[in-house]
Amino acid sequence: METNHKHPEKKEFNITVYTENQIGLLNRIAIIFTRRKINIDSLNTSPSEIEGIHRFNIVIDETEDVVRKLARQIEKQVEVLKVYYNTNDDIIWQEMALYKVPTEAIAEKASVERLLREHGARAVVIRKDYTVFETTGHREETDTLIEVLQPYGLIEFVRSARVAIIKDSEGFNQKLREFEQREPGEEVIENEYLNKRDKVFTM
Amino acid sequence: MNTLELQKEEASTQPEQAQTMTGSQAVIECLLAEGTDTIFGYPGGAIMPIYDALYDYRDKVNHILVRHEQGGIHAGQGYARTSGKVGVVFATSGPGATNLVTGLADAQIDSTPVVCITGQVFAHLLGTDAFQETDVINITTPVTKWNYQVTDACEIPEAIAKAFYIARSGRPGPVLIDITKNAQVQKFNYKGYTPCNHIRSYRPKPNVREEYIERAAELINAAKKPFVLFGQGVILGGAEAEFKAFVEKSGIPSAWTVLGAGALPTGHPLNVGMLGMHGNYGPNVLTNECDVLIAVGMRFDDRVTGRLDKYARQAQVIHLDIDPAEIDKNVQTTVPVWGDCKETLPLLTRLVEKKEHPEWLQKFRDYEQQEIEAVIRKELHPQTGEMTMGEVIDKLNKLTKGDAVIVTDVGQHQMVACRYAKFNQTRSNVTSGGLGTMGFALPAAIGAKFGAPNRTVVAVIGDGGFQMTLQELGTIMQTGIDVKILILNNHFLGMVRQWQELFNDRRYSFVDIESPDFVALAKAYKIDGNSISDRKDLEAALQTMLNHQGSYLLEVTVTKENNVFPMVPQGCSVSEIRLK
Ligand SMILES: Cc1ncc(C[n+]2csc(CCOP(=O)(O)OP(=O)(O)O)c2C)c(N)n1
Ligand SMILES: [Mg+2]
Repeated sequence: METNHKHPEKKEFNITVYTENQIGLLNRIAIIFTRRKINIDSLNTSPSEIEGIHRFNIVIDETEDVVRKLARQIEKQVEVLKVYYNTNDDIIWQEMALYKVPTEAIAEKASVERLLREHGARAVVIRKDYTVFETTGHREETDTLIEVLQPYGLIEFVRSARVAIIKDSEGFNQKLREFEQREPGEEVIENEYLNKRDKVFTM
Repeated sequence: MNTLELQKEEASTQPEQAQTMTGSQAVIECLLAEGTDTIFGYPGGAIMPIYDALYDYRDKVNHILVRHEQGGIHAGQGYARTSGKVGVVFATSGPGATNLVTGLADAQIDSTPVVCITGQVFAHLLGTDAFQETDVINITTPVTKWNYQVTDACEIPEAIAKAFYIARSGRPGPVLIDITKNAQVQKFNYKGYTPCNHIRSYRPKPNVREEYIERAAELINAAKKPFVLFGQGVILGGAEAEFKAFVEKSGIPSAWTVLGAGALPTGHPLNVGMLGMHGNYGPNVLTNECDVLIAVGMRFDDRVTGRLDKYARQAQVIHLDIDPAEIDKNVQTTVPVWGDCKETLPLLTRLVEKKEHPEWLQKFRDYEQQEIEAVIRKELHPQTGEMTMGEVIDKLNKLTKGDAVIVTDVGQHQMVACRYAKFNQTRSNVTSGGLGTMGFALPAAIGAKFGAPNRTVVAVIGDGGFQMTLQELGTIMQTGIDVKILILNNHFLGMVRQWQELFNDRRYSFVDIESPDFVALAKAYKIDGNSISDRKDLEAALQTMLNHQGSYLLEVTVTKENNVFPMVPQGCSVSEIRLK
């Protein structure tokens, strides 16, 4: 996790934040980005697998150095339990998309059905006037289907925020139990970014 | 569970007999339970129920009616800075709350523990643009460590307990609790006050990791030219004695940030002076010569570091801080010692070798000599002409012997006061460091005196800044508090004028400021005063001010166009510091 100070490169980072379920916290987290004039490309917030704990997935395009500083400033907020940041290589991620197309156009052209199958889309609603398809995948995949459906009179399209699973994470259940203790172990109380620093001990 | 544990359990779940009371009464009960003795505030519609409850507690808590809510929060800050306790501030909704914003921002950036309680419109009116409704929670989010809106009286005890815990623990900061009017009047079952000392998502301080301490000690023991920078963290952590022990054993020259002043007495043989833009010559130049830089409870503000890519590049950096977000934020650390310096310093002291660095220390003294000759002598002992700010502060030192609390405003007089004031004790320098808030000093001095009633409090203020919050003379008049006000009048917004002189070809754009008759103004508020412009009157006038029973205003006319030097011009490296 060394940062290259000479040629800091921006890339997509996925920031995962575990928080208490508290009004106003979304704003408190968002302004940490906006005060540095950083655009949030994607933001998902939803209850986690643990009751009362929320999980944010935030995607931004930045250098690792900046992402690390942001992560620390987020983790500093009173109601934030833990922050992780990962590159796309460290995660499994998906975005879901919905497409609304005139049923007529699809019924007329049998090839559309084949196309949709090829893109792993499935019909969610079929009405006389329109049909809604759903597909899940990476950005390029959901984008491609827009192009495919455009000639058939795509009426409306929407894409969800990104959700991501961290490949080497062991979940948060055990961590949370540690947090609840008054004297938690090093794992929880220590700042992971300090541990990850390569050159902490170079002399 | 044995009986003892059972008893304890019962004791903690039923602190006192439950009592029916209003949310407003509970607010005051909770504050008293926290040990609050002083509240700075201003009433208004949305906080009237709390003021009504306060009426019954007049003999238990001292409420100071300020003249503007900004004054209220600066007073709360001054109180916190001298007493080490949490400052408490009341304000009403809407304009009352928005008037707090400058003070919150100031307290946030200077890590000052304050708890503000604001009234808010009835909960059912939230979001309707009701009379005096502002979205205080969202306005104050960027400038508070934590804030919370209470809409039900039952939340009050816990919200206040959390507020105090968060404000004072870890890296301290301001907290705001916004209470809707319905919650203030609501009757509920008050079960007593349980202080908060744990929030699962909040780690005020980490467990100390010995391996970092060991690495730091190794670096220090191998160093030929080690240099310590200390900041307010030492004071906030109450670690002055631990810090002194560390410095004395390791024999390392130590320099301070503006907010760290007084954490080690200014007269200590290892105290080599002030860092930063208007700091001392040696500490700035030698930052770029030391081999190991040990930063204790400071945050490498840009006013301290100057140009970052030319800052201490040759040095290995050890950073002791309680806030992990500060580590590597501005300066890349070689060894981060994350923790409360009250705990980490003694561990480090144990491992460092007892040493002296006479030749290295001499370098600081040599630079000091150059600074004395180029700057200090003529600032402190001008032979002719008008008085300088430096000589006023120097005289003040002689009379107070370095035992006074000096509260400063923002500008040239602030830098001069910080440079030349002597501090024998900690918690003696109260100034707006991070935000640079003009208008801070007068209200902060009032609070500082309430926080340290047995100490002499001198507010050093510019002619410009005084006019920003001078209405607080009314607070002085009404409370009879004893604050010495020393106005250094250069008839200019001096610090801006200095920049215009040096960097804008003397194009003095709107820095020429006229002032009222300050002594007459003080008199209107029943405060005695004097104005002098002749050197021969200085000592006697200062002595009169200090001896005076009660508050006193002394205006000293100083040279109009004096500049504060040394100076690290913006965008320059600390080693490019200018003596003229
Ligand atoms: C609220 C606020 N407004 C503007 C400034 C910018 N500023 C910094 S120093 C200064 C001049 C202060 O003049 P004065 O109070 O007379 O002090 P002097 O520098 O002359 O000692 C100004 C305008 C500020 N720091 N704070
Ligand atoms: Mg002035």
